[in-house]
Amino acid sequence: MEATNQNILVVGGGMSGVTAALEAAEAGYNVILVEKRPYLGGKVTQFYHYFPKLCPPNCGLEINFKRMKQNPRIRFFTMAEPVKISGKEGDYDVTIKISPRYVTEKCTCCGKCEEVCETEIDNPFDFGLSKIKAIYLPHEFAFPMRYVMDPSIVGTEEAKKCQQACPYGAIDLDMKEQVFDIKAGAIIWAAGWEPYEANKIEYYGFGEYKNLITNVMMERLAAPNGPTDGKILRPSDNKEVKKIAFVQCAGSRDENHLPYCSGVCCLASLKQALYVREKNPESEVTIFYIDIRALDRYEDFFTKVKQDEKINFIRSKIATITEEENTGDLIVEGEDTHKGEQIRMKFDMVVLATGLVPNTINIEAPDVPKDKFGFILRDDVVKGIYGAGCVRRPTDVATSVQDATAAAIKAIQSISRR
Amino acid sequence: MEKKMGVYICTGCGIGDAIDIEPIKDLVDEEFNISICKEHPFLCSPEGVELIKQDIDNEGVNTIIICACSPRVNQDVFFFGPDKIVERVNLREHVAWSQEPKDEDTQMLAEDYVRMGCSKAKDMELPEPFKAEQEYSKDILVVGGGLAGMTAALEVAKAGYKAIIVEKEDSLGGFLKKMKKRVAPPYEDLYDTGLEELVKQVNDNPNIKVYTSAVVEKTSGAPGLFSVQIKTNGSVAEEKVGAIIQATGWVPYDPKRLESLGYGKFKDVITNVELEQMASNGGIKRPSDGQSPKNVLFIQCAGQRDSEHLPYCSSVCCLVTLKQAAYIKEQDPEAVCYVLFKDMRTVGQAEEFYKKSQLAGNIFIRGTITQIGEEGGKLFIEAEDEFLGEKIRLEELDLVVLATGMVPSSQPEETPKMKAPEGAEDADEEGMIEVPPDSGFYAKPALNLEYRQGPELPTLRYGFPDSHFICFPYETRRTGIYTAGCIRRPMETARVIDDATGAAMKAIQCVEMTEKGMAVHPRSGDLSYPEVNLQRCTQCKRCTEECPFGAINEDEKANPLFNPTRCRRCGTCMGACPERVISFKNYSVVMIGNMINVINVPEEEEEKPRILVFVCENDAYPAIDMAGIKRYKWSPYVRFIPLRCLGSLNLVWIADALSRGIDGILLLGCRHGDDYQCHFIKGSELATVRLSKISETLERLALESERVRFEEVGISDYWRIPQIIEDFMNTIEEVGPNPYKGF
Repeated sequence: MEATNQNILVVGGGMSGVTAALEAAEAGYNVILVEKRPYLGGKVTQFYHYFPKLCPPNCGLEINFKRMKQNPRIRFFTMAEPVKISGKEGDYDVTIKISPRYVTEKCTCCGKCEEVCETEIDNPFDFGLSKIKAIYLPHEFAFPMRYVMDPSIVGTEEAKKCQQACPYGAIDLDMKEQVFDIKAGAIIWAAGWEPYEANKIEYYGFGEYKNLITNVMMERLAAPNGPTDGKILRPSDNKEVKKIAFVQCAGSRDENHLPYCSGVCCLASLKQALYVREKNPESEVTIFYIDIRALDRYEDFFTKVKQDEKINFIRSKIATITEEENTGDLIVEGEDTHKGEQIRMKFDMVVLATGLVPNTINIEAPDVPKDKFGFILRDDVVKGIYGAGCVRRPTDVATSVQDATAAAIKAIQSISRR
Repeated sequence: MEKKMGVYICTGCGIGDAIDIEPIKDLVDEEFNISICKEHPFLCSPEGVELIKQDIDNEGVNTIIICACSPRVNQDVFFFGPDKIVERVNLREHVAWSQEPKDEDTQMLAEDYVRMGCSKAKDMELPEPFKAEQEYSKDILVVGGGLAGMTAALEVAKAGYKAIIVEKEDSLGGFLKKMKKRVAPPYEDLYDTGLEELVKQVNDNPNIKVYTSAVVEKTSGAPGLFSVQIKTNGSVAEEKVGAIIQATGWVPYDPKRLESLGYGKFKDVITNVELEQMASNGGIKRPSDGQSPKNVLFIQCAGQRDSEHLPYCSSVCCLVTLKQAAYIKEQDPEAVCYVLFKDMRTVGQAEEFYKKSQLAGNIFIRGTITQIGEEGGKLFIEAEDEFLGEKIRLEELDLVVLATGMVPSSQPEETPKMKAPEGAEDADEEGMIEVPPDSGFYAKPALNLEYRQGPELPTLRYGFPDSHFICFPYETRRTGIYTAGCIRRPMETARVIDDATGAAMKAIQCVEMTEKGMAVHPRSGDLSYPEVNLQRCTQCKRCTEECPFGAINEDEKANPLFNPTRCRRCGTCMGACPERVISFKNYSVVMIGNMINVINVPEEEEEKPRILVFVCENDAYPAIDMAGIKRYKWSPYVRFIPLRCLGSLNLVWIADALSRGIDGILLLGCRHGDDYQCHFIKGSELATVRLSKISETLERLALESERVRFEEVGISDYWRIPQIIEDFMNTIEEVGPNPYKGF
């Protein structure tokens, strides 16, 4: 009988990864979790609300982090990612790389460093819609609650100033990238997704027009801890948004971009339409769509949104978006496939409902079956490495969590098989 | 255990700048007789922790009161072993970061928090895990032997546990038996159903026992200790199991109700289910003349997305139609298929199959049917074509297929009725009202639980016993009982497999945690559980009625019978009990009551009101922490007491606090109603119901009702915290001081 390593490695500390880690650990298995960002929680930490309940993502994360804090079976590393996987089910060697945070576990989050730091960087948490100090707490609910220094100031006087301001000796400017090997019996790949790069859709002009944003940026505009303190203001002039459009399938269901349907963008836009309506009661929303894909009981949510007369649905694939000179308003053109008319409409702001691209296994690793888009398939032939969440299909949070729970038992089977 | 307490005060993170430590040390000694009280400038550092460890080793300290940052952080740093009690006093977020430094009121606030912490630590005992007298079972019962049930059982078995399947039909397979092919990832083709192989795997697995032609007649007990009576072929078998997966699937929507679409009226109008059966049994034929159809129309959303029939989307029917159109083409490449639809819902990679179907020459018409009829033995329809913007007519149709939807097998054909409570407005002539879906008495029989709150799982709308939580999709309202597959929501086979696999995970996790005496989600790992002093119980039934998880049964005299392994440890029973006979080792009515009693209430002349705030520890408490991190300021007159859930709020605390001269009581809890956020389902709602009954107490004390208020606070509402407190302070100022001060 071969020796089986009893660790489960989970790659990715978002909703799927955290769930997979917890479900396995609470059944009595040891888990190592690696997360690329400086904190756990992944993309949903940046979201204002979930559909259809319109509830805050931190609520569920708080419970999960509580479960994690009191479970000694989970070890996690932030700013960490695997760079190489070798071996086979029951016996993997994984090389992990940890990027320097320049702030040690001595950090108490007192904030003294941030007070003295003058350099500002684009805030990655707000997709660049705001600035943040070059030493920062990524967000209020960050877990672990610890500051991080942007590498751009390391080696400068600014960094030294921060170091001197820290009463607890928590800043280590000599911190280096660490690379080490771990052993695991099974691996869950839950690295999540990235928004499709909207500037690739040339005919929309993302990046050129300030008031053309993506749906993930919209989440930040609506969030109370976002760049506009939760007010929906357009980027060019901070004007309250009155007329707004959502362009569905921005890149999705498109042979030149993402041939698949991204699964959640319809529901996300329905939700964001409600954000706008709630925050700016005078506002009018237009959603340009091909099909509204509100599956199963999500149909109730669609029904609810449709009841708002200020939310209009127009069946159309938008052809072009251009900016009006002087005003910064956007002109949307296309064909109304319902009425068969040409559309030319002006909006204060336009949101592109961009799709999901899987963060699939892109490092040296044993072969794992994938579909032609890179989504990881789960079959009963290849065992030991399991995808979980949006690396398997573009999907909502609840389905990701279900899937991650399923991946956990698959991993358990891999280490208890022999 | 003999307690030896030690108090440790951190002066870092601005705490030392905000308050004087000496008076705190004095009060710890004078009021609580605790001789060990030390301060450190950086308590969470190795040196600070060492200071505490020294006292544990040398002085025998076993009850440690940490006066420093929020209990949400540094839990691992301040963990000194499972045999030590640790209580955290939040002097950072709730004092130093949110109050004026070196102010008299700030000092009083800090002192009160230290008092409350010392008092709590004094009353707290280490929980001892519950261990039942009976032997625990780790076997998993799977009710339903379709795709979901067989998958769940196999996954359980592959993880090394035993599974027992109970299937009502005489063979395994469920709906899969009726299916010809599956459409599944990567959605490039049709695949075999895999039924035979799956059934073989189940039958060959020594860890799986199968009962066919069997139903669950009775389920008694609790997680780890379930006893299940299975009626099979005239005899009754008994099995002991630890957890249950309900995978009883779905039934097709009754097509007889779709007469407007021609069903029952025209022979050649059939349902997608009927077509599937024909396809797997020798071929698709026109019912009227047995001919192979040439022109076929599929009508999507036949009943679904329709408030008259099924208001929800059945999610699989689009894909099913595409699959069935492929059958038709395969049978007769010359045949033409039309699909009349509203929205084509082929999400994710399934879009591939839609494209394939379009390329195959199938004709998709976006529109709504207005008429269906028969002419010369063929069918015709009229519809509003959305694309053309005009009425169209399709004639010479050989077959019309209604893409009907899925109904959960739990949905009763007729809503059951129950005796209406007194004064119910919607009661019928016989004094009966309809049972709501979220009652355990609503769903069709499948588990027959011997639970005081009903024999089946409470459901959501439309009868799905699904989770209400986005983040926790496996949470049902009965501990250790999980659902899987189409009983939860309509889903395609690929998702059924994933879903059942996840349910298997939850089931084995539950039996493992139960054996260790631990709670499952959301207080995972909690070892405390409610203990009851039955001698003082008045059989009022409030605890048995209010437990959100149906954990408490009743004996024939209405005494509560606690099932600790069903319990989620929220304390709702403790809050409900008017006799205060229910308590946990580390959480009790007395413990919180004593915390209230040690709050210093200044005389009226001092003009320092006191407000007590009961805070949900899951959401409102972190929100207050965030407000502190943001350095928001709020009144120094408030005192926060975290509760496991507002459902555990006992009204006696409010009465006691008011009679001590505390000026106002604020409750901060989760949103309730349809989109409730309470992790214990009903906690915050129950708290508001109880509050509505507080008027009696207030009247007795001749106090104003404005003194007690409930506010909904979500975890991200930290920005509202100062305003909520200020508004309440203003109200209290208007009402004036509580006349009971000094009594």
